[in-house]
Amino acid sequence: MDRLPRWADVALVPLISLLLAAIISALVLLSIGQSPVEAFNVMVEGALGSAYGWGYTLYYTTSFIFTGLAVTIAFHAGLFNIGGEGQAQLGALGVALVCLSIDWPHWTLALTAATVGAAVFGAAWAAIPAYLQAKRGSHIVITTIMFNYIAAALLVYLLVDVLRPAGQMDPASARFPEGANLPALNDIPGLNLIFTKPVPANVTLFIALAMAVVVWAILWRTRLGYQIRAFGKSEPAARYAGINPVFIIMVAMLMSGGLAGMMSVNNVMGEAERLLQNSSEGAGFIGIAVALMGRNHPIGVVLAAVLFGFLYQGGAELGLWTSIPIEMRIVVQGLVILFTGALDMMVRMLLTRIFGLFRSRQLGAA
Amino acid sequence: MDYATLLQLLDTTLRLATPLLLACLAGLFSERSGIFDIGLEGKMLAAAMGSASVAFLTGSAWIGLLAGIGASLVFAAIHGIASITFRGNQLISGVALNFLASGLTVLIATALFQQGGRTPPLSVEAGSRFDELTLPFAEALKDVPVIGPLYYEVISGHSLLVYAALALVPLSWWVLNRTRFGLRLRAVGENPAAVDTAGVSVVGLRFAAVAITGVLCGLAGAYMATALQAGFGREMTAGRGYIALAALIFAKWRPVAALWACLLFGFFQALALRPDVVQAVVQVKVPVPFLDALPYILTVVVLAGFIGKAIPPRAGGEPYVKER
Repeated sequence: MDRLPRWADVALVPLISLLLAAIISALVLLSIGQSPVEAFNVMVEGALGSAYGWGYTLYYTTSFIFTGLAVTIAFHAGLFNIGGEGQAQLGALGVALVCLSIDWPHWTLALTAATVGAAVFGAAWAAIPAYLQAKRGSHIVITTIMFNYIAAALLVYLLVDVLRPAGQMDPASARFPEGANLPALNDIPGLNLIFTKPVPANVTLFIALAMAVVVWAILWRTRLGYQIRAFGKSEPAARYAGINPVFIIMVAMLMSGGLAGMMSVNNVMGEAERLLQNSSEGAGFIGIAVALMGRNHPIGVVLAAVLFGFLYQGGAELGLWTSIPIEMRIVVQGLVILFTGALDMMVRMLLTRIFGLFRSRQLGAA
Repeated sequence: MDYATLLQLLDTTLRLATPLLLACLAGLFSERSGIFDIGLEGKMLAAAMGSASVAFLTGSAWIGLLAGIGASLVFAAIHGIASITFRGNQLISGVALNFLASGLTVLIATALFQQGGRTPPLSVEAGSRFDELTLPFAEALKDVPVIGPLYYEVISGHSLLVYAALALVPLSWWVLNRTRFGLRLRAVGENPAAVDTAGVSVVGLRFAAVAITGVLCGLAGAYMATALQAGFGREMTAGRGYIALAALIFAKWRPVAALWACLLFGFFQALALRPDVVQAVVQVKVPVPFLDALPYILTVVVLAGFIGKAIPPRAGGEPYVKER
């Protein structure tokens, strides 16, 4: 069996998958009577054409880095955490409880406490499926899906019956105090020369980038990371080497849930400044696409998160300026997951054949 | 709670349990053959949009039904190609197809009707919606105490698809447990290598199972859009594909148990529509979200092995590779 060169495996396979997803997306647009070229121009102009657009793109990117890393770390342990959405919603609850608890004197203190709160709540929501997988063998994919729905129901209940201030109609928490407002990129000296208009991207972006480094360091530079990766590659081998499966499943899922929860610092504390229903808006699911596209490596995740940030902001622009529905971005998201995740083997087989063709030709010439 | 309210609840239960039951049986065939399918939701959604659009355009609910099944089969085929032919990750393929369906249905419906992703309302008069059948003697027996109203209110007066779904339960049991095809289907989900050794095509059997899943999901989606409701709306399946998946686990992958599981979950959904009744019965205010979440909570309890053990087909989720 021919093997692909490493550069092709790392860069070419995801790029071709992306290209296939783009081609199908273009065909979808053509079939509903829209122009793909015009749509692409609107997306690029709206998401990347101005500092203002970048402010939105980077805002989405921040959320997707967190959820992408969450899926990545679980993938390395051989676990498919599809519950990022529910963990993010619980993380949002953690953020809201921290922000509303006291009148915060300074945003740095509030940010630290809220990040911890988000991570703890997200991790706690992942802990039950993790425990059930580790101890009782309940399939983590199914339990995390169930927990997404349970989380959604729990938040509806809390927002309607518990957290909603008296006299307010819409199901949302009270506004966070002034001291819990995070500086956006346009509030930061230096960056405010670039971002002159108010943008939603905020300091959480730097936490997200720092977490990418932390996840990389944990996975490839610590004993724990080695154990996680070994367990993910082969459970029997890891067991034989004395790695405790229960411990690895728990730790990997707690970190995964914590990261998914932390994304809520970005949207709840950084943008909405109060807890709303369905605060994560599907970002937990996009983490799956981001992790697959990023080949489960933090650098790849950050790049894929920028790509999806562009897609999300660009998709919103499509909804604003063209007659293409905003749902186009969900189609692209589905196609990317399909080609990079499920049809990966097809792309690989295709490339291997093409490479084989070149190789045999070289042999023939020699 | 009086008898009339109970009958009303049971009537709603049957209506709401039908799409769950069809999707649950759909998942049963696929998973029994070793192909995990978390894309039931997407297939139902595609079928709902396909059936409602075509029913409106042609004025025939039956042609709409066929179109719904067709739309669902397209998604089933992609799932089959990804997970059987190219041995991709079945769970990821299901997730991808759910997103694809969620987006494409709105895109296509918007392009066809310019109503923000909805189809125009269907009606029985125009022939684009399934009519409710009145079973024989329902009118005559209406006044018989206890049984009469039960027959008239609950059992009679549903669309044909409801009765079809109920009939599919014993049929599925028979196919799975009493036919050669069913035996092979179950075998391929437990030990595909043995089936292969016996000279039966693993790929062929699994594609057949995935196709059955497509047809049944098509029925489920068409029922949602052209019988239960009058038209398609964005995300109208609202997680029913996942509740069906939960019911499938709850029923431990068996057809008759699936019927009870779906009726139970349908009953929860009916209760969630009538919080006043719940409050009157248990004397405590039960939050509606709790009733919404109950099927999921019960499934987790079952998965945790506290009520019997739910053991999935042994080869489920594993692509089959012929040994060379």
